[in-house]
Amino acid sequence: MHALSIRDLRKTYPNGVEALKGIDFTVDAGDFYALLGPNGAGKTTAIGIICSLTQKSSGSVEIFGHSIDRELEAAKSCLGLVPQEVNLNLFDTVLNIVVNQAGYYGIPRRLAHERAEKYLTALRLWDKRSEPARNLSGGMKRRLMIARALIHEPKLLILDEPTAGVDIEIRRSMWEFMREINRAGTTIILTTHYLEEAESLCRHVAIIDEGTIIENASMSSVLRKLQREVFVLSLRDAVSEAPQLDGFEVTRIDECELEVAIDAGKDLNRLFAALSAQGISVISLRNKANRLEEMFMGLVEGKQATRPGAAA
Amino acid sequence: MNIALNWVGLRTIVIKEIVRVLRIWVQTIVPPAITMTLYFIIFGNLIGSRIGPMDGYDYMQYIAPGLIMMSVITNSYGNVVSSFFGAKFARHVEEMLVSPMSNATIILGHVAGGVIRGLLVGALVTVIALFFTELRIEHPLVTFSMVLLSSTVFALAGFINAMFARKFDDISIIPTFVLTPLTYLGGVFYSISLLPEFWQKVSLANPILYMVNAFRYGILGTSDITITHAYVIVLLFVAILFSTCMLLMNRGVGIRG
Repeated sequence: MHALSIRDLRKTYPNGVEALKGIDFTVDAGDFYALLGPNGAGKTTAIGIICSLTQKSSGSVEIFGHSIDRELEAAKSCLGLVPQEVNLNLFDTVLNIVVNQAGYYGIPRRLAHERAEKYLTALRLWDKRSEPARNLSGGMKRRLMIARALIHEPKLLILDEPTAGVDIEIRRSMWEFMREINRAGTTIILTTHYLEEAESLCRHVAIIDEGTIIENASMSSVLRKLQREVFVLSLRDAVSEAPQLDGFEVTRIDECELEVAIDAGKDLNRLFAALSAQGISVISLRNKANRLEEMFMGLVEGKQATRPGAAA
Repeated sequence: MNIALNWVGLRTIVIKEIVRVLRIWVQTIVPPAITMTLYFIIFGNLIGSRIGPMDGYDYMQYIAPGLIMMSVITNSYGNVVSSFFGAKFARHVEEMLVSPMSNATIILGHVAGGVIRGLLVGALVTVIALFFTELRIEHPLVTFSMVLLSSTVFALAGFINAMFARKFDDISIIPTFVLTPLTYLGGVFYSISLLPEFWQKVSLANPILYMVNAFRYGILGTSDITITHAYVIVLLFVAILFSTCMLLMNRGVGIRG
């Protein structure tokens, strides 16, 4: 069953900007799906249309088989949204915000209070339940938006950059929380600029750029397409210049660090053997950038390079 | 439409609106009480004592229903316009827009909030009026139905204003340049029989005149207009304004990209 099915979705704004140029994609029920793209690519427009906050120009959207044109109420009942920008009533209390949201979905007040306790506790906000939202830190506001989106226990949760501006400790606890709710059966669509986050959490990825989908596949198959990886090697002893290694492109970062670009499928043992032969001892190795980030940059930059007039 | 869902949604919006009114009571309840007390002291007591009777009632008694209605109208309008525009401005209106509640529920919830604030302030102004004059309700049904319908009309109008408003200035233009003049010229302080014939006819185009006079009829038993006309006009306004609200919500004017 598809949690989300989008067909030939188009959006042209009144100022003539064509934000979506006919995108198609489906998200399977239970999936953890990354929707990636540079700023202004059309991600938020697509999400706005799915959530009925933006009116589409044409195309179709179905949420768990319910068309947003014909069965809007049923479609909306399946959906929870954590928007990119904080959209809380900052004067209302944490508890009221989530309990009211439950009411908008027809959940009686007593059950709403029980669920509010469950989700605010899980997101470490229960102690703040009587505080007005304006007193919360940025990370707490983001977690409150997640609790608010979960209060009606949606089958499909859309997280539009949920961890933007959140410190690493909280971010990692939020990742664990997202994994838990996904394991419990909630389908999740995630947009993020932290590609490490998408690589770590998501099983499928679609990359959108300038209103079109330029990649849509499982995370593993997308990463397999990566033609080249760049590693940073930390050395035991300082080197004065980059060593010449046959078949490898080596750059010296500083006296104790080298950057090595390796084509996909090349044997790393050969690299270490060549370094050993020159008396260079490696004490650690890491990817320069995360692999999805390299893939993403390759796709987006590749698309820009093929654009007419881009060579100049 | 899922009736149970929308009923819970409606109750939620109404409770939220009541909590809001009570949370900021210094802004919502106190100012109209102070303003109306000043009206009673200055126009009713100090100036009114020199004016003499109006339609057979002393001036204070004559203006009391008009002042009560004026406070109901301005507060019903003001509550909806500020609450809904505030939600739009801070974008937490999206909480409701992504939910499965119907557009009618969202409108009715906010209108009910406006009506409740209007009635709350109206009741408070009535109590204040009793310190200055004696009020007996001649026709309770007319009094209550007219105050309820009038506050509904202006709550709906406030909703429309909020939907079109893009900045805070936009929510004060209508109250300042339309609502206040129409209220002052709507027979709150005088009987239109005092006006030259031409201006009497012009005054009949002012819907607030019908509301104030029907309400005054409910309390004092005197009116410049026929009560049936007042009901027809007010019900017509309710129907037109509610339809306009629905049209704007369905089209997403000012709220959906």
